[in-house]
Amino acid sequence: MIPSLREIQKRINSTEKTKQITNAMHMVAASKLGKSETTNHAFVAYAEKIEEMVHHIVESYGEHNHPIIIPRKVKKTAYFVVTADRGLAGPFNSQVLRRLEEIIEERHHSPREYTIISIGRIGRDYFKKRNMPVLRTVTDLPDSPYFSDLEDLTFDTVQFYLDGEFDQLEMIYNHFLSAMTQEVRSKRILPLISEDDVEDLKKSRHSEFIFEPNEEGILKSLLPQYAESLIYGAFLESKASENAARMNAMRNATDNADKMISDLRMQYNRARQSQITQELSEIISGADAQK
Amino acid sequence: MKKLTVEVVTPDGRIVNDQFDMVVVHSEKGELGILPGHAPLIAPLIISSARLKTGNESMKVAIGGGFIEVDQDHVTLLAQSAETPAKIDVQRARKAKERAERRIQQKRDHVDFRRAELALKRAINRLNMIDEDI
Repeated sequence: MIPSLREIQKRINSTEKTKQITNAMHMVAASKLGKSETTNHAFVAYAEKIEEMVHHIVESYGEHNHPIIIPRKVKKTAYFVVTADRGLAGPFNSQVLRRLEEIIEERHHSPREYTIISIGRIGRDYFKKRNMPVLRTVTDLPDSPYFSDLEDLTFDTVQFYLDGEFDQLEMIYNHFLSAMTQEVRSKRILPLISEDDVEDLKKSRHSEFIFEPNEEGILKSLLPQYAESLIYGAFLESKASENAARMNAMRNATDNADKMISDLRMQYNRARQSQITQELSEIISGADAQK
Repeated sequence: MKKLTVEVVTPDGRIVNDQFDMVVVHSEKGELGILPGHAPLIAPLIISSARLKTGNESMKVAIGGGFIEVDQDHVTLLAQSAETPAKIDVQRARKAKERAERRIQQKRDHVDFRRAELALKRAINRLNMIDEDI
């Protein structure tokens, strides 16, 4: 049966309303994305500088026995999973969680072999529902974060590693390539180098820097900060990706609403026309009967 | 006269990028004064204030722990947090201080304790900078 004119009009109205909402969410996400990009830009200077310092020291220092650098036997791996607090961001959350599931499936036989550190409500609820081991979880971080918002979590994560709570840290997050493309990455953060790199590093080269008190002393405080900065950097990438993903999802929704409205309009006009035709033929046949 | 180019870099951005005559910081071993022509150096900084001097004027920056790198009259202070006195949020610092003190008294796991200790030092450092100014 063809739906009545009123029904079609009702659907058009409700789709219009949805469209207004998705359009507004699109604009909000676009402006947040702009802010994210500024934040990321501000962070780059710090990230580059700290990396440069680590290189200066590591190059001049032959003996690398700091636990952050040296890989140890892996009994437990921690996965640092970054999701959003809300959905409606296209595949942003689901692709991160799917990647985690794939990795766990592939590498681990029992939940004792891994643990999870999570950011975002979506992740928290997902792990809770499935009874997965979670070491730390943080939700409701601001949309334009400062380093201090994440300081406690990054500090704890590195300390947990140093205390032997886990032997390897991998981050799974959305990497920001452009406003149109984001990709899921799994990146090893701790230890800072793989076993292959250790030999390379031992070929030390002397730099002209004076180290106060000495290389070892500096590494002791520099390396944890470096690791923390890597975690924070990935978090910022994820934040930008989230805003971009949400922006795209909402733009698609708006486009779809437009298409749906035009289809419904077509249906409406057709129904209206057939109604008029019917009324006319009723009048004509009525007039004929009067003759 | 030769000048030092000084940058203060934090994860939230570059807060200082200017020319100065002298930089005084607190390293783990004590106070460290840097003048133009200093040898290349890398040293850790404790939670303290750094002074950046031009002529008779001196600018203070609260450093929440970090590093100094001196390389050919280019001084970089790399810190997880750093503020000029005008940017310090006194109420926030006071609250942070109280929170950290409470946490230290509770003595939960030792990670929490170490973190609280650092937070307390940073809060006190910020508050000190404001007090000195008054």
